[in-house]
Amino acid sequence: MISFKNLVKDFGKNEVLKSINLSIDEGKVTAIVGPNGSGKTTLIKSILGLVRPTSGIIEVDGIELKDDYLYRNKIGYMSQIARYPENLTGNEIISLIKSIRESNEYNDKEILSSLKLFPEMEKPFKNLSGGTKQKISALIAFAFNPKIIILDEPTAGLDPISSSYFKDLVMRQKEKKKTIILTSHLMNEVQELSDELVFLLEGEIKFKGTIKSLLENKKESKLERAIAELMKI
Amino acid sequence: MKLVKKILLYEIHNTIRSKWVILYTFFFFLVGYGLFTFSGDVNKAYISLMHIIIIIIPLVSIIFGSIYFYNSREFIEMMLSQPIDRKSLFLGIFLGTAIPLSTGFALGFSIPFLLFGKVIEQLTGYILLLLIGVLLTFIFIAIAFLISVKQDDKSKGLGLAILIWLILAVVYDGIVLMIIYYFQDYPLENAMIILSAMNPIDLGRILFLMKFDIAALMGYTGAIFQRFFGSSLGMIISIACLLFWILVPFFLSNRFFGRKDF
Repeated sequence: MISFKNLVKDFGKNEVLKSINLSIDEGKVTAIVGPNGSGKTTLIKSILGLVRPTSGIIEVDGIELKDDYLYRNKIGYMSQIARYPENLTGNEIISLIKSIRESNEYNDKEILSSLKLFPEMEKPFKNLSGGTKQKISALIAFAFNPKIIILDEPTAGLDPISSSYFKDLVMRQKEKKKTIILTSHLMNEVQELSDELVFLLEGEIKFKGTIKSLLENKKESKLERAIAELMKI
Repeated sequence: MKLVKKILLYEIHNTIRSKWVILYTFFFFLVGYGLFTFSGDVNKAYISLMHIIIIIIPLVSIIFGSIYFYNSREFIEMMLSQPIDRKSLFLGIFLGTAIPLSTGFALGFSIPFLLFGKVIEQLTGYILLLLIGVLLTFIFIAIAFLISVKQDDKSKGLGLAILIWLILAVVYDGIVLMIIYYFQDYPLENAMIILSAMNPIDLGRILFLMKFDIAALMGYTGAIFQRFFGSSLGMIISIACLLFWILVPFFLSNRFFGRKDF
């Protein structure tokens, strides 16, 4: 389980997260949604230690995060923008990460074939498209069998076909009872993949619960509409 | 240290394949070849080479270092989401940038020297130039990393990098001359030594010229260094100051990197 207690983050005068209290349940897919600048990325980056909280506590599996870094063995992360050293190949990056991570559980067959990555892994990154780099990010996030998977707008750079293959991968991880945290602006994607929904607005949590309960609560059939209703509060 | 070594190896793999590093190596090869082959006077060839080294190496290192760091931002973010500590990653990236670039210079400069130079009689000058070139590469990459860690805006960071090079390589001498001119009635020796130690390019120049006992002919600061410390002590002090110039920006940037939000 991941929990945030009174988490505050400001960048100078700009308070991006305002006293966040939140628990993310194990074995579920939690979607964090909200308009641009609402603090979604800051929130998930704080789990990875990429962003240092101004105050407050973050716990992963009951252990408070301080300057430790080994806990990241449990986490797979796919960022919004994928960019790698341009003269290295996908295979070289994978072997670098393999040598850093403690886990011996590396399984790329399913991901390589479903994302059609086989021929691309030997090419230097400077010759790869943005979408292909994004797929390699997905490979890095999934292949080490992490317990927690964090996906920051994962399908933003993917074509519709790759995007659907990617969603299949996420569903298979969900079946394996992984804890998945996802941010997205695509509400149909959120509805398709997620169990829980967290709605962030200007650094505050305005809703946390299941998608079903939100739809019932707002008497809407579409998630987009229900979220628009939340923004009116 | 194991983690540093792993990152370093991959960084070197990446940088060494960069066309810029290859071009840079070739540039020093051509300059070295030209000077060793066509210049009649050995000392003149060395002084020309020194001038090229103390101007070009800082410029290329500070720009290459900044661009490399800015372009690695997403890669750094991905690496920091792995179980790795920030200090190891930073040291790995720093050495992975500085080692290939200084190797490029060392190779490009050494091949023509070994092939066309008079190896035995010019050996000290060669070693000294090699040392200055490598030290300046490390210094200006450390400065570039310091700028890039503190300044998130790439264009502002690059502008600042070029400005710092311009000040240290060009404007600084003018300022020193102005101070000497306006304060000629006062004893300026100590102030001049401090001013020289504050500019790594100046230090590189003094270090080289002192060896050739022509420091006094090559400017006021060189003369003061020689008079105050004598050649050997002056050289040791210059090298110590140059090392200090690597360590200070490196440790500062490492510290800022440790606290940075990505």
